[in-house]
Amino acid sequence: MKKTLVLFAHPRFEDSRANATLIDRLFSKSHITLHDLYETYPDFHINVRKEQKLLEEHDIIIWHHPLYWYSSPAILKQWMDMVLEFNWAYGPEGNMLQGKTVFNVITTGGSREVYCSQGYNSYTINEFLRPFEQTANLCGMHYLPPFAVMGTHKLSEEQLLDYANQYENLIDLLKGDFDATGLSNCFFLNDLELIKNPNS
Amino acid sequence: MTGTLLFEAIVFLAGALICVSIAKRLGLSSVIGYLIAGVIIGPYVLGLIGEEGDDILHFAEFGVVVMLFLIGLEIEPKSFWNMRKSILGMGGIQVTATLVLTYLLFTILGYEWQVALVIAMAVSLSSTAIALQTIKEKGLMETTFGISSFSILLFQDIIVIVMLGALPLLSSQDPSNVSSNGHEATLIENLPIGLQTLAILASVVVIVLVGRYLIVPILRKVSKTGVRELLIAAAFLIVFSISYLMEFVGLSPALGAFLGGVVLSTSEFKHELESTLEPFKNLLLGLFFMAVGASINFIVIAESPFTIGGLLVLIITLKAAVLYITGRVFKLKLDQKLLLTLSLAQVGEFAFVLLSFAFQLEILAPEQMDVMLVITALSMSLTPILSLINERVILPKVGTKESIKRPMDHIAKSQKVILVGFGHFGSTVGRFMRSHGVEATILDIDSNRVDFLRKMGFEVYYGDATRQDLLESAGIAQAKMLICAIDNPAVNKEVALLVKEKYPHVELLVRAKNRYEAYELLNLGIENIYRETLDTSLSLASDALHKLGFRKYTLNRQVQNFITYDVESLKRLAKEPKRDENYIFKARQELEQQEKLLERDFKRGIVTYDKHWDGEHIRKSLEQND
Repeated sequence: MKKTLVLFAHPRFEDSRANATLIDRLFSKSHITLHDLYETYPDFHINVRKEQKLLEEHDIIIWHHPLYWYSSPAILKQWMDMVLEFNWAYGPEGNMLQGKTVFNVITTGGSREVYCSQGYNSYTINEFLRPFEQTANLCGMHYLPPFAVMGTHKLSEEQLLDYANQYENLIDLLKGDFDATGLSNCFFLNDLELIKNPNS
Repeated sequence: MTGTLLFEAIVFLAGALICVSIAKRLGLSSVIGYLIAGVIIGPYVLGLIGEEGDDILHFAEFGVVVMLFLIGLEIEPKSFWNMRKSILGMGGIQVTATLVLTYLLFTILGYEWQVALVIAMAVSLSSTAIALQTIKEKGLMETTFGISSFSILLFQDIIVIVMLGALPLLSSQDPSNVSSNGHEATLIENLPIGLQTLAILASVVVIVLVGRYLIVPILRKVSKTGVRELLIAAAFLIVFSISYLMEFVGLSPALGAFLGGVVLSTSEFKHELESTLEPFKNLLLGLFFMAVGASINFIVIAESPFTIGGLLVLIITLKAAVLYITGRVFKLKLDQKLLLTLSLAQVGEFAFVLLSFAFQLEILAPEQMDVMLVITALSMSLTPILSLINERVILPKVGTKESIKRPMDHIAKSQKVILVGFGHFGSTVGRFMRSHGVEATILDIDSNRVDFLRKMGFEVYYGDATRQDLLESAGIAQAKMLICAIDNPAVNKEVALLVKEKYPHVELLVRAKNRYEAYELLNLGIENIYRETLDTSLSLASDALHKLGFRKYTLNRQVQNFITYDVESLKRLAKEPKRDENYIFKARQELEQQEKLLERDFKRGIVTYDKHWDGEHIRKSLEQND
């Protein structure tokens, strides 16, 4: 069974309805390590060795965070800056992340419609996430399209629960001997029928 | 005109006061002031001091001994060992070359070979007193030039013993008949060479052992009595004893004192001894310089001005040339070479001893001695003037002046930090700074703790930091920063105030027991105040709230907010006028302030949360707009 590491970054988790619902399901699962970055490193003093060891122990890495100003909250950038070291994650001898799967799970206040060339945000979510995609590429990881929960301000409880179920489906699917490369061909992982309605 | 001891003291002190203040006002070295004072009060100008000038010279040489002891204190055994090459190398080259060249010069001038040799010996030695005093006064001790000069002078101190031992061999007279106040036959000279060496080594070993296992424990006992003058007494006892031992064995007391200083340089009493002896040393040296000035025999000069002038120029030129070449061999930079050349080009105080001894041995004729004594005194008097010319005229043109501070070398070395108080608070500060390579000079009043910490490898010194002279010898003049971490608030405040008033250039960081101590420090105008209770109690409160379910990052931010808010209210409340200094009123006042704080907290309400990253807040305002 593949092991999944959720790197969760929310500076104000106590007031986030959407993320509370999404995360809630993950606590009970044994193959998932939920790693709360803001709670572990309130002073941003990241323990690099510990983080690298965590990465080594897992096959699937999830960057789970709200999208702030078209990017991640500050601590996730700090985490990347510090943990993804030269000759460990990348560089001539940096192969520790080779072959692992990685993707973003994001929540946005704005709806899907505003994230396109005609919308007021001009670019798609996938375009905004390019830095993450390229980071994964440079480290030899397999990058998947994001799982995106959008327009959170207007989502009802039921809609949020639906998303939580899909997130759970996705994570359960990935733990098995499943070829994740097949998932690359979409905008969002939660667009796939496989994730939306696994039983159909 | 000679009168009583009191009268002499008045003459010397008044001469020093007037001439040195004038010299300093003109921007000259104090050495020049003392020398001129000596000339003026001496037998040939005012005639206030007569023949007893020679006795005073002898007495004042003790100033050189104290100076060497103090220099020894600043050189730890390890760095002394590191200097061995330059001591032997530079010293050896300088003394040998000067000796040979002077000998040749005086033989050519038609002197007998014994006379030429004695003069060559005297000329090869420079004046420790003048050179080192000038170097120290200008703060150049740490430069290549300072170290080179010191190495050469130290070598001369050692070699003079050999010279004194060799003098009787040049005499046709039976040396055992010679006994005088100038140079007495000593223990060592009657021994064969092998035993002489042994005696020298033995006295060095005695100094090291006594220093480490007798003097330091005694000083510890003395320091515990808390009677300050006992320490002064102890300091002089040490220097006198060493000098006595050295004279008894037949070694140079200055050399012995230097060794004693080196031995004690690693002890916790280093700074205490320095600050105790420093003023005495300066006065004694001043007396020494005045005696030199007074000893210039103007009648001899008047009799043969051209011979003396010519010889003086020849000797100084010869010494300078040798020094320049020595500097070249050891690859000194041009400006350093020039400084070395001119500061050591004089004939030193050892010449007085050598010449008068040779006179007693009947190697020198009285006229020859007089001429050489005058040349010695004149050359010493010329040194500060030559240095001045070098400094004002030559060096500015050379323009490669080595800067003493090399900030890029190492932060720790170039930025001096003094840490006062090494208890629980100060030690944490010291440890953390040390882990960054910043070695603070630490002062502490508890000699047991000082001893223990020194064993752990810290650089800790014993002493009461409210004393300005101790701060001086700890190097506050060059310090960038002073940290007050004393447990006793009253003492802490006293030190902080002293430093703020006398050394405004020093950045002051002060520990405060609580907010009330902080008020007082704030009112004294001290800016960097660290309340020992603030961060710790907030860290506890933050952990407590975390255990009750609050998120760490939010707590972390709120702790920072609270500190900002609390510091603001501290500054505001500190400005409120105090009603009374009385203890009861003070306690009541503290209660009142506590009350005010709580009131203000109440108005602030339960933490006014900011709205950063609060999705719910955005959602609600969007809903209202819909």
